[in-house]
Amino acid sequence: MAELMYWEAIRRAHDEEMTNDPLVICMGEDIGVAGGTYKATNGLYDKYGPERVIDTPISENGYTGLGIGASFLGVRPIIEIMSVNFAWLAMDQLFNSAAKVRYMSGGQLTAPVVVRSAGGTAHQLGAQHSARMEKVFMSIAGLRVVTPSNPRQAYGLLKSAVRCNDPVYINEHELMYNMKGEVPDEEYFHPLVGSEVAREGRDVTLFGYNISVHWCLQAAETLSKQYGIEAEVIDLFALAPLDRAGIVASVRKTHRAVIAEEAEPAVGVGAEVMAIINEECFFELDAAPVRVSAVNVPIPYNHTLEKAAIPNAGDVVAAVRKMLGK
Amino acid sequence: MNLADKKRLLREMLFARRFEERCYEAYVERKIGGFLHLYSGEEACAHGVLEASKKGHDYVITSYRDHVHAIKCGADPKKVMAELYAKETGSSKGRGGSMHIFDVEHRFMGGYALVGGPFPLAAGMAKAIKMKGGDEIVICFLGDAANNQGTFHESLNMAKLWDLPVLYVCENNLYGIGTRIDRSTAVIDQYKRVSGYNIPSAQEDGQDIEKVFKAAKKAINHVRSGKGPYFLELMTYRYRGHSMSDSNAYRSKSEERMWSNRDPIIMLRDRLIEAGELTGEDYKAMDTEVLDEIEDEVIAFAESSPEPRVDELEKYTLAENDPWVYGGGR
Repeated sequence: MAELMYWEAIRRAHDEEMTNDPLVICMGEDIGVAGGTYKATNGLYDKYGPERVIDTPISENGYTGLGIGASFLGVRPIIEIMSVNFAWLAMDQLFNSAAKVRYMSGGQLTAPVVVRSAGGTAHQLGAQHSARMEKVFMSIAGLRVVTPSNPRQAYGLLKSAVRCNDPVYINEHELMYNMKGEVPDEEYFHPLVGSEVAREGRDVTLFGYNISVHWCLQAAETLSKQYGIEAEVIDLFALAPLDRAGIVASVRKTHRAVIAEEAEPAVGVGAEVMAIINEECFFELDAAPVRVSAVNVPIPYNHTLEKAAIPNAGDVVAAVRKMLGK
Repeated sequence: MNLADKKRLLREMLFARRFEERCYEAYVERKIGGFLHLYSGEEACAHGVLEASKKGHDYVITSYRDHVHAIKCGADPKKVMAELYAKETGSSKGRGGSMHIFDVEHRFMGGYALVGGPFPLAAGMAKAIKMKGGDEIVICFLGDAANNQGTFHESLNMAKLWDLPVLYVCENNLYGIGTRIDRSTAVIDQYKRVSGYNIPSAQEDGQDIEKVFKAAKKAINHVRSGKGPYFLELMTYRYRGHSMSDSNAYRSKSEERMWSNRDPIIMLRDRLIEAGELTGEDYKAMDTEVLDEIEDEVIAFAESSPEPRVDELEKYTLAENDPWVYGGGR
């Protein structure tokens, strides 16, 4: 099994799917000649040409809609929106066209597009380049939302998303493109539904997704070594639909839940996971579930303030200690 | 366009008019819900352009004033009316409604409620055609007010940049809901606005179906020959308000009279009568036949059709049993 960086895994998935099916194309700002801001499409322009690796104008709603229209006639576009902050501009086409066309046509038309975007707070990018929008996407009926926490998922989720007949939004992270991890050498399709047990434990479940899975894993190590607490870590790689059964199974085992999210708390992944726990296994809880979320501010430029706005592994440790009184 | 064609088109336009008027009645009777946008007055636009296209071959897309375009593409009027009646037998199985008529089998790719929404979708379908190497084209009908949305500019730019086979037809009825074009739009002549994207364009009388047909032939030939997009502006007028909830109080009687004197159906009828190809009696008989067909077949079908089942509420939200959702079943 080879070690690949997150961006290399995404690039490999593009390459394989474009070789497999001549109707798979990719499009976005600077993805062709320039190779992509995060190199996810590096080299593909030379290999597949300008008809299939399309440098678009800076017209997010326009080119997203163009990709959706192409998908009506069997083309499989992988659309890169350079930064999730710009995806606000494409919401009309994503929500009004892609997510709804199957339903409002009575199943006659589908929009099998993949939209990938880099989200999250990186290093001092300021308020308009630090959005975490997954909670917006996951609330829309007709859209699947996945978010890879490692190169294996980044590769396998994109592979499945390209072939799936639904529109899929893939939430990546600015800080994760250079993360290394093992990716199977043979072709691998990751399920677009479910969750993964990233670490087994018995005392508390830490729910994370994308970058917050790593905070949870780090926190679990600290909790084990310093406090004798064995935390289970659940990786919610699928945000829409959420893995109800997986969430409940782990809470039934540990009876405690902490949800770590990089986004602001309101109407978010944490709120949704807590609601599922309340609905399904409230009486099996030994403590009230807790969210570890961002502070509800536009992300500041100042580095100290920025760090204070976003949670980290230490915040997860503190939440668990408080919950267990240790 | 020969005489037989003209007679057929007269009947088709008359059918469209009577269909829309019958929708109005059904709406008042509360048989039809939601929003209802009627096409009466604009019939020569859809019929003239689509008569010049390859039926069932070219792809058609439009916004929410979509019943007549769908029927001209080949959609069964019974299914369109059943959709308005929110029945399971409707073209979108009662899930879409008036604004979302679809008939993909006849390549009518839908009605969309965001006025500028179809601009990029049309360009995208044209991109797919170009990739696959077919000689189909995409025809996108939208209103003048849609041209003030960003998708107009974004899509025209890309359509020309990549020379995509798409014909944009602007049905300029002079009003965006209740706001007259000169109060919302800096450039009144819409065909002039696309010169900034180096796209050839023309403006034509949208009430005269023969003129529309001729202008559309030229436009379609341009697009089908691989020269890229074309923009055709048709000057027209809707007789009803924007939707049924529109009191239509913003237009003067004299303006309405001026346009009803140039009714597309009456103009074609009188031309045929003048040429000795039709009598007033023939026309009356045609009208009776159309009204009977709408009542006895179209309305009867919609009335007698079943409602969708509540246990199928979530059907069509996502693909069913798609193996790739589960990792390809490998």
